[in-house]
Amino acid sequence: MSGYQGKKNIPRITSDRLLIKGGKIVNDDQSFCADIYMEDGVIKQIGENLIVPGGVKTIDAGGRMLMPGGIDVHTRFQMPDRGMVSADDFYQGTKAALGGGTTMIIDHVVPEPGVSLISAFEQWREWADSKSCCDYSLHVDITEWHKGIQEDMEALVKDHGVNSFLVYLAYKDVFQLSDAQVYEVFSVIRDLGAIAQVHAENGDIVAEEQQRILEQGITGPEGHVLSRPEEVEAEAVNRSVTVANQTNCPLYVTKVMSKSAADVIAQARKKGTVVYGEPITASLGTDGSHYWSKNWAKAAAYVTSPPLSPDPTTPDYLNSLLSCGDLQVTGSAHCPFNTAQRAVGKDDFSLIPEGVNGTEERMSIIWDKCVVTGKMDENQFVGVTSTNAAKIFNLYPRKGRIAVGSDADLVLWDPDVTKIISAKTHHSTVEYNIFEGTEVRGGPLVVISQGKIVLEEGNLHATEGSGRFVARKPFPDYVYKRIKARSRLAELRGVPRGLYDGPVCEVSVTPKTMTPSSSAKTSPAKQPNQPVRNLHQSGFSLSGAQTDDNIPRRNTQRIVAPPGGRANITSLG
Amino acid sequence: MSYQGKKNIPKITSDRLLIKGGRIVNDDQSFHADIYLEDGLIKQIGDNLIVPGGVKTVEANGKMVIPGGIDIHTHFQMPYRGTTTVDDFAQGTKAALAGGTTMIVDHVIPDPGCSLMEAYDQWRQWADEKTCCDYSLHVDITHWNDSVKQEVDSLIKEKGVNSFQVYMAYKDYYQMSNSELYEVFSFLAERGGIAEVHAENGEIIAEEQARMLQMGITGPEGHVLSRPEELEAEAVFRAITIASQTNCPLYVTRVMSKSAADIISQARKKGNVVFGEPITASLGTDGTHYWSKNWAKAASFVTSPPLSPDPTTPDYLNTLLSSGDLSVTGSAHCTFSVAQKAIGKDDFTQIPEGLNGVEERMTLIWDKAVTTGKMDENMFVAVTSTNAAKILNLYPRKGRIAVGSDADLVIWDTDSIRTITAKTHNSAAEYNVFEGMELRGAPQVVVCQGKIVLEDGNMHIISGVGRFIPCSPFPDFAYKRIKARKQLAVLRAVPRGMYDGPVSEFSLSRGGTPSASARTSPTKQPVRNLHQSGFSLAGNPAQCGPPITPDDIPIRPAGRRIVVPPGGRSNITSLS
Repeated sequence: MSGYQGKKNIPRITSDRLLIKGGKIVNDDQSFCADIYMEDGVIKQIGENLIVPGGVKTIDAGGRMLMPGGIDVHTRFQMPDRGMVSADDFYQGTKAALGGGTTMIIDHVVPEPGVSLISAFEQWREWADSKSCCDYSLHVDITEWHKGIQEDMEALVKDHGVNSFLVYLAYKDVFQLSDAQVYEVFSVIRDLGAIAQVHAENGDIVAEEQQRILEQGITGPEGHVLSRPEEVEAEAVNRSVTVANQTNCPLYVTKVMSKSAADVIAQARKKGTVVYGEPITASLGTDGSHYWSKNWAKAAAYVTSPPLSPDPTTPDYLNSLLSCGDLQVTGSAHCPFNTAQRAVGKDDFSLIPEGVNGTEERMSIIWDKCVVTGKMDENQFVGVTSTNAAKIFNLYPRKGRIAVGSDADLVLWDPDVTKIISAKTHHSTVEYNIFEGTEVRGGPLVVISQGKIVLEEGNLHATEGSGRFVARKPFPDYVYKRIKARSRLAELRGVPRGLYDGPVCEVSVTPKTMTPSSSAKTSPAKQPNQPVRNLHQSGFSLSGAQTDDNIPRRNTQRIVAPPGGRANITSLG
Repeated sequence: MSYQGKKNIPKITSDRLLIKGGRIVNDDQSFHADIYLEDGLIKQIGDNLIVPGGVKTVEANGKMVIPGGIDIHTHFQMPYRGTTTVDDFAQGTKAALAGGTTMIVDHVIPDPGCSLMEAYDQWRQWADEKTCCDYSLHVDITHWNDSVKQEVDSLIKEKGVNSFQVYMAYKDYYQMSNSELYEVFSFLAERGGIAEVHAENGEIIAEEQARMLQMGITGPEGHVLSRPEELEAEAVFRAITIASQTNCPLYVTRVMSKSAADIISQARKKGNVVFGEPITASLGTDGTHYWSKNWAKAASFVTSPPLSPDPTTPDYLNTLLSSGDLSVTGSAHCTFSVAQKAIGKDDFTQIPEGLNGVEERMTLIWDKAVTTGKMDENMFVAVTSTNAAKILNLYPRKGRIAVGSDADLVIWDTDSIRTITAKTHNSAAEYNVFEGMELRGAPQVVVCQGKIVLEDGNMHIISGVGRFIPCSPFPDFAYKRIKARKQLAVLRAVPRGMYDGPVSEFSLSRGGTPSASARTSPTKQPVRNLHQSGFSLAGNPAQCGPPITPDDIPIRPAGRRIVVPPGGRSNITSLS
């Protein structure tokens, strides 16, 4: 399938130059047949009969589909948790990603509360730079809220190429923020031009339910899902949509795991809210019935939050919503722990470290569940696995598209290959694969990352540390065009009125501590010192005369908010 | 209207009353019959009743006789920062009776930190002195701790209160956290109470209020701008989620917007036990008046959640009320004088909240829902009276015309037309939020406790005759379903053998930073012994508790069945 043009003894040097002949290029908008020539990690030419240097390595695509490499928007490689670290580090993780056709990952920086965002970001940069085999970018999670965090966020956006921040509505007393804090974070995010991501689960209720379920003597992994019913997820999604609407901030819901949560997102989009939903490989490919497995280790391998829904019709439903555009983008939330690590919670499900695998399986699962079944076509497939992610996070068209000037991250996709997923053959280091035994059609035949072939004939040639950090700019058009238009419309004005100059009731100054006194109740309208009414001058105030009492009605101010209310900018109907 | 037999029988007969020729309208059916009342009770219903001589007779002339209205939400004589609302229990119940409402349910609002019981006693004292019709009380829970829990318990058991309201708004004052709501709801579910909720997201409101004031918006329009309807809908959604988790019946007071009503109707479709209460104001008017140039008029509309500026809201809410998605109506009558409202003349957040509606409620619903053909007369009775009686566990004493029920009746004149105005209303407030509306349908005769209190446009009321009606817990209307679900909702663990593989070391405190050593040595590999668990979190097998013998290992207790199968527990809130 691949051979050298011309002389045979041109050495490795030419690996920076690559010609792919006879492929069908699949972007999210159209498919067409053309050759591609790439050099220095960038696509240089697309077309037929390209003029390329001699001796360039050539791959014959044989009419197969050539699509932009996948972007896994949600990974947690090498994530620290209570002194442990998730089993796949940046090397193992990105290797698994490449094995599945994903050529870029966006990982989450999780600063421990008390640690500055910048120093956590730099720590993650160091880990990833030394180990990552493909390009990567970073989301930063906001795990607490104060002035210093706001400054860190500004610095991250302006100087460090971060344009997305995650807040947690769950993990009470650890990461969870209150509604008022979320409101403030979202306001800051909107001003910075970033994307607000949210882990949506009602942490207060989860904490209560966990306690109740432990008290009932349920300590196994089934307690995890019982204490986090899908309603609790839907509620938090609904709440974050409300806060995002109020603050006119774009919202991105990570890990959409249940039908109800997806429904809330779909409804909000119909009302015009700028909100994106990210189902993950696990929620698209399996369900939560395994939490009842008699095998503790297997049941524990499925523990993630929000949990997989025990409703077995969930994956099909989410795949449908992904296909119709109500959900836009897919991640894996890849954060597996090995069994010994999970066993930390062997006597208490609330201690089981959370996270499932999925970075390697993501593209194949979606192809199998959506494209093979006719829910979506190959172009939509590219949309949900790569392009939409690139657009939302402002990487487009450098990533997420096959075009001249774009990065040479490509996948030659074989729609006919079938494979049975198994922990024996996967690239992750964990003992369990939650998709064990699932037979999927469709897989990558050749994967090209940064212009180099990394997967060919089933062999992975990943180079540790070759991945670059890709900086992302704020105000992605895909998201912020609408937000900007709305913020212009959303200005509020007061009604210009004459000053109220009638009588004013006296009140006790400290209302919060007063008790109903019997004297007050017999004189409902105590109006001492009834003044002479002078319609041209306000003689009243709570604290005596005021200096601006004589200011007349201002004629120059128009009523911008008319009866009928301000234009409801979030309602398109 | 005429005395049977001798003409000079004095007032003594007023305890006995015969209503002839009326069409009795209950929530299930209408039929023609006479009604004989004695000692405040309905004694006989039928044709050709045998009644004592000389009884006063009212000729209904084929008009409808309906159960007296129950206004399930009033705030009469409510203390507010050292003043009280202008309608006390006498004035308020007079207005209620004038509108065909023969029972009110008022809210007791203890100040945060104060005893619920003391507040309850205070309200009882005020109401017993002054009310002209029967009443019950809701108690608002404005803070939560163990002593409040005890008080709630004794209010349910000894004081005849079965409904308690919590607030999701009024940050740093009445507002409760989600955890507190969970605990309150759990407790009420256990004791058979109804959880009522004032649904608005107080945290976001506080942020929005600060933003409005910063922008220089200080007038009443700031009130509605800082409380958009989404915040109401969000809180309703959250309350439903918590109620569903705790399997507690939920009652949403003051449904003011389309979005909030939609959430309730969706939840009902999913099987949640939730009741929605639109109020007179949300059914009859909208929030465009907040932009009135007349500050006093604009301020008179201030209530929370606010009236929606969307003028299609009243019609929509009337439709949902007719279809049964919303269950019951109140007035949230809580009137302040203009001088009291003017406390907030320079800052809308200081304007005392509340508006009128107790007198207009029945007429307004008749005009908006029955004359328009949205609902029939039976449904009208249900939403103005019967459903409220069922929720409060007062049915069939109240809310139905039946032998043995209280003699609270209204002869309803469907043809009467009147114009609402502050000049003629019975409230003490200077403004009426329905000013100028022409409404069809009005009470012609109102009978309360077996006595005529409204006849020929004249009111004959006596302050202090109203009785407190105790409400008992576990109303069937709400709790039959709750009880059935409780039986289904038992959770069981999966019986497994003990996990005896290796366990990673980990730090108990979440605050630990990732240490390089920990991540390279995830396991301290022990000798595996499948019959004995030698592990502990401390990593030292010797410190483990008593050695576990093979007999102790609960591999699979034979007597226990797996009740929760793969596929999850049956989702009891989903009827589909």
